[in-house]
Amino acid sequence: MTLETLAQISNYAVASATGILALAFVAYVAQWGFARNLAPERERELVTAGGSEAPSGSSDPVERSDMAGGIGLSLTTLSALVLAVGVVTRGFAAQRVPWGNMYEFGCAATLAAVVAYLVLVRVWEIDWVGPIITGFGTVVLGASAMVYVPAGPLVPALHSYWLVIHVLGAIISGSAFLVGAAASVLYLVKSRAERTTPEDQRTGFLWRIPASAKIDQVAYRVHAFAFPIWTFAALIAGPIWAQYAWGRYWGWDPKEVWAFITWVVYAGYLHARATAGWKGKAAAILALIGFATFVFNFVGVNLFVGGMHSYAK
Amino acid sequence: MSDNAVPALGRREFTRWFWRQLTSMRTALMLLLLLAIAAVPGSLYPQRGVDARAVENYFLDHPQLAPFLDKLGMFAVYSSPWFSAVYLLLMVSLVGCILPRSFVYLKAVRARPPRAPRNFARLPASSTFETDRTPDEVVAAAREALGRSRVDVVDRDGDVREVSAEKGFLREAGNLVFHVSIVVVLIGVAVGTLYGYRGSVIVTDDGGQFANSLPQYDEFSSGTLFSTDDLPPFALTLDQVTARFQPFGSPQAGAPREFRAAGTYTARPGDADRRFDITVNHPLSVGSTSIYLLGQGYAPVFKITDAQGDVVFDDAVPFLPADPTYTSNGIIKVPDAKPEQLGFQGFFLPTAVTQDGQELSTSAHPAAANPLVGLNVWHGDLGLDDGRSQSVFILDKSKMTQYKNGDANVRISLQPGMTADLPDGGTIEFTELRQFARFQISSSPLVKVPLFGIVAGLLGLMVSLTVKPRRTWIRTRREGSRTVVDVAVLDRVPRDDLPADLDDFLERFKDALGEKTEEKA
Ligand code: HEM
Repeated sequence: MTLETLAQISNYAVASATGILALAFVAYVAQWGFARNLAPERERELVTAGGSEAPSGSSDPVERSDMAGGIGLSLTTLSALVLAVGVVTRGFAAQRVPWGNMYEFGCAATLAAVVAYLVLVRVWEIDWVGPIITGFGTVVLGASAMVYVPAGPLVPALHSYWLVIHVLGAIISGSAFLVGAAASVLYLVKSRAERTTPEDQRTGFLWRIPASAKIDQVAYRVHAFAFPIWTFAALIAGPIWAQYAWGRYWGWDPKEVWAFITWVVYAGYLHARATAGWKGKAAAILALIGFATFVFNFVGVNLFVGGMHSYAK
Repeated sequence: MSDNAVPALGRREFTRWFWRQLTSMRTALMLLLLLAIAAVPGSLYPQRGVDARAVENYFLDHPQLAPFLDKLGMFAVYSSPWFSAVYLLLMVSLVGCILPRSFVYLKAVRARPPRAPRNFARLPASSTFETDRTPDEVVAAAREALGRSRVDVVDRDGDVREVSAEKGFLREAGNLVFHVSIVVVLIGVAVGTLYGYRGSVIVTDDGGQFANSLPQYDEFSSGTLFSTDDLPPFALTLDQVTARFQPFGSPQAGAPREFRAAGTYTARPGDADRRFDITVNHPLSVGSTSIYLLGQGYAPVFKITDAQGDVVFDDAVPFLPADPTYTSNGIIKVPDAKPEQLGFQGFFLPTAVTQDGQELSTSAHPAAANPLVGLNVWHGDLGLDDGRSQSVFILDKSKMTQYKNGDANVRISLQPGMTADLPDGGTIEFTELRQFARFQISSSPLVKVPLFGIVAGLLGLMVSLTVKPRRTWIRTRREGSRTVVDVAVLDRVPRDDLPADLDDFLERFKDALGEKTEEKA
């Protein structure tokens, strides 16, 4: 197979994966939508178990909702597989690691995020963040297409195995930060609902996902996993590489500044969780701010601020 | 908020109150967030330490705003008083919280596990079961199930035996290591900055030379404790600069592929010549100093004769690239020209192409396929005599007049090998095209200190995030022929999975008792 064919395959695969992920998002939204009027699972079971006169219509939306969720998960898995093909063939087409520019970073990071989600669905049953992950992933893939560049060799500045280590670390921690941010959003929504919604009005999918305390725990674990990796990628591997490439390990380049800001905000998150009055809502908001600074570093700084990390162009 | 209110107390109490506030976790949290916010402007405005030229341009573009921003320290954020204030406060707060915590920790490491609380049901996770085994057997099984915990066994009245166990001391140790390492990193960085230096210099190939001494640098900055006498006395001669670009017609045409600077150097005067071959990411190290290839570009060689026929200039002139196609800008100063000094300002195009209907050429590719220089000419006084040092990239036109041809400026276009006449009667020849390399030469002593610091910090962080500090209590008492066993667990850091952990522990415990089959009560 020629390199051009591989590059073609990669392009088709990434485009298909984007479409499939968008469909997965629709399915997940349907999963929430169908369950709009449903009481929480617990109560429904009580009702069905207690009397033979269980409302006959109630199983219908449940089935439909569950089915939509199942389709969402299957489509997400399929999308991950197709996207993996896209990322791998891109690497072969360019004969190097497939994260040498912004387009490739977007694809590889989305793949990592979707895989992280699928793994955590198995471990902690976090299907409930599905809509956010698939929605965000679709947006990232779509946005990556706008900064598309044909497969080609690396600019000299990126010729280093630190590219592999440093960027892989950023991709892994970034995908975990996304899952953490998604969980934090749902934590905020759910904990607010738990405070304000009376028992008898608790209908909809929100009441079929775990309690806010459980969501909070997932968010914390994901962040506790991601933070050390981010520390390694941004504050160890990055400076080592910068020392080789530019003769200084830290130079307050915009990209470095924002990596540092992200690190400090997440350190703030970990502190907030151990500080009375800050745990819960404030901590979750900090996690979202942290994720926003992370995203800004890859979108805003690449496109609008510039600096030495100019791999976007 | 009430406990934070400033109490009406004397100075000592106030000091103590202030210290407690400063070293509290809440303050650390606020300072962390403040540091994040304070770092933002430095990424939005150009910084002197990063790109001094960009700062000058900002002053030109925003003559009103720039001086005001400058007063606020916006062009040197990371050395500004307010940024320093935040991180110094953070440092003090950090040290102030690490020290007492270390003492508490040292005591805790030697302390015995705390005795069992009276009422297990009050604890977040507890359970009770009965067994045929004797309390002694239960205690032995408990020790086994508790594994590496620190365990105390206490006999109480009425045949009651209590087991207290604690483990997870490493968590706090990891936490302390992490926080201490932040201090180590900051100190290491500070020392490296105080004793380090950094400079850049442009050297042309085909024999351009550089000897490591202050006057040879184009830009130089050093830490306050660095003395220029300490510059290691190496020298280098640049033979060849190689720049390869993605060729025409291929994907990403014009994208850089390879930059390389090769030549010879001597580490000390009198040493034998050694070859060097510097590429991006692969600097040359001479002792503690490293030499990096930061950039490269074209350096046309010009030979200029003045009106009297004397050769007054014959040298390579670096033209600085201004865009990805290496459209470059340069200046030639000819102080020796008679009767008047001459100055040239112009551009260089490596692959000049002229679009239909357009007068000016542009560069289509960064490789030198069709090199072209365009120059405007000034005559008068270059302003070199007043003793102020002048940048070689700026032409001071205040005392010079541009040569005109009627209304139009005189423009000289040259390709390699071509000669043009100058308005004053002299000539200018573009003899050949060379390339230049821009080197950064720098030394930051003790780089290993922040590196080891941050690595230790990362390990400490991972320990503190994974280790669970766990207390377990077991109480046994005989009731008739059976032994009643109460078990409770408590985490120093609250977790929601405690009940599941308790179940795990009970399973191991009963395994050790040989009571696998007995169901939980
Ligand atoms: C006065 C200053 C500080 C105090 C009082 C303080 C206090 C603490 C405490 C008590 C913990 C443990 C929380 C727990 O047990 O869950 C902690 C954890 C942590 N601290 Fe600090 N800290 C300070 C400064 C800093 C600074 C400057 C940073 C970094 C920028 C930092 C980063 C961290 C991180 C990442 C953790 C996470 C470990 C964990 O979650 O257990 N701290 N800090």
